[in-house]
Amino acid sequence: MLTLKTVTRTFPNGKMAFRDLSFEAQPHEVIGILGTSGCGKSSLLRVIAGLDSEYQGSILIDQAPLQGIHERVGVIFQEPRLMPWLNVIDNVSFGLRGDSDTNRKKALEFLQLVGLEGFERHYPKELSGGMAQRVAIARSLVTSPDILLLDEPFSALDAFTKMQLQDLLLQVWKKCQSTMLLVTHDIDEALYLSDRLLILRGQPGELVEVIEVTESRPRSRGSERLARQKQEILQLLHLTAEKTGEVQDDTNIWERHPAARRELSFKGLS
Amino acid sequence: MTHSARFTGIILGGILPLVLLVIWQVLCSQGVFQPYLLPSPLAVLDSIVELAKDGSLWAHIGITMYRILLGFLLGVGLAILFGSVVGFYPLAQRLLDPTLQAFRSIPSLAWVPLFLLWMGITETSKITLIAVGVFFPTYLNLVSGIQGVDRKLIEVGKVYRFSNRQLIHRIILPASLPSFLVGLRGGLGVGWMFVVAAELLGASQGLGYLLVFGQNTTAPEIILASIVLFAILGKFTDALLAKVEWRALHWQDSLVHKR
Repeated sequence: MLTLKTVTRTFPNGKMAFRDLSFEAQPHEVIGILGTSGCGKSSLLRVIAGLDSEYQGSILIDQAPLQGIHERVGVIFQEPRLMPWLNVIDNVSFGLRGDSDTNRKKALEFLQLVGLEGFERHYPKELSGGMAQRVAIARSLVTSPDILLLDEPFSALDAFTKMQLQDLLLQVWKKCQSTMLLVTHDIDEALYLSDRLLILRGQPGELVEVIEVTESRPRSRGSERLARQKQEILQLLHLTAEKTGEVQDDTNIWERHPAARRELSFKGLS
Repeated sequence: MTHSARFTGIILGGILPLVLLVIWQVLCSQGVFQPYLLPSPLAVLDSIVELAKDGSLWAHIGITMYRILLGFLLGVGLAILFGSVVGFYPLAQRLLDPTLQAFRSIPSLAWVPLFLLWMGITETSKITLIAVGVFFPTYLNLVSGIQGVDRKLIEVGKVYRFSNRQLIHRIILPASLPSFLVGLRGGLGVGWMFVVAAELLGASQGLGYLLVFGQNTTAPEIILASIVLFAILGKFTDALLAKVEWRALHWQDSLVHKR
């Protein structure tokens, strides 16, 4: 479906976003991409979306090299990015081509799917954040993309709306059968939604681990197995406190941040 | 806005002018101001009625409106042309914008002698002057509107593989509309300023001519009548544009558009 072979993205200023990423996404698979901030997760999505074309390595969609923006790829951004001058139904059908009557019907169908029937004539300013993101989901699905890229789609929402929309996403995913690539910094979200997790670490980001999430769906958010995997991920990302105590001792910090030590000794503090 | 809310708005906004008019009238009838310097409001009203009776009022208003309309359309047309080219094409901006900015810094009245020399005391020179005035605010706002379009919205269009034409038509133009309409209103305001200038400097008809006429015949009530008419017409045309703006921008999430 989607294949990446040693893809590296370098910014015009010479800095690397991520390095030598290779993986393959199967049809109808949900891949979560997890990493601390700055590890190039969003840059990765932009490259696959075709919005950034400056990269090395190769990206194949259905065995064909990616050229620009692929028509079978849909994107859901962190913000809804609705056109404020269009009402909900026109926003949903924004990317559709051809006969406007058919487009409207199709848009209506997807509005029902995301639970916004009756809001067709509302304008974005009248919607809550969660509703606006639902519209964005409908807009990206209405073109029936084979690959759906999601860039921290729920990170701006409150905890409850977030959970609702995660369930909604799974629901529409079952129906639409797209392959999904979900970038997130929320480990619970990644474990709840994904079949497979790619863990990125460092600057530039590198793939450190691929974790299979085998828990069957529907998953329980409180599942013990997921909790264990969460612990594993936290360790991979170096986010756990040392076992001996909550506070890490000083030497440890210096080992991890040689630059900080150098700076301190330069100031004569070390 | 509901009907009653608008009504309350008119009443609230009308209190201060009404009070000032009454004070003005009282002071005049008390003889505080000399009538040959500052006539009373009623005297000003009288002279307006007088002008209306012999029909010359409509001719003056008509010709002034005609000049401002043509000048406005010409200025806006040119602003759309240059503004969109400069807004869309970075190369055009680098080529044209510095020159246009330099022209902008010329006080527009400095053009008057040149226009008079080239075109004489004609309608053409007046309309050209007004168009120059209208052009700059409209142009500047259009350019900043186009360049200020949220890159994130354009990306949405790119994901749907819009052509450049589609991007302009479906995202950039609607997104820059608010700024453009602000420019139109600003341009209209400047247009009114320039119609006065144009008519002061050489006209045999028009509200600006009435100003000169009033000065030459030491008739302050005519000058004031002309000023009042300018105020009314200016407010009226601005309200017209404001209405267009409200209709076109009802989707905006700003304070005034909250229902």
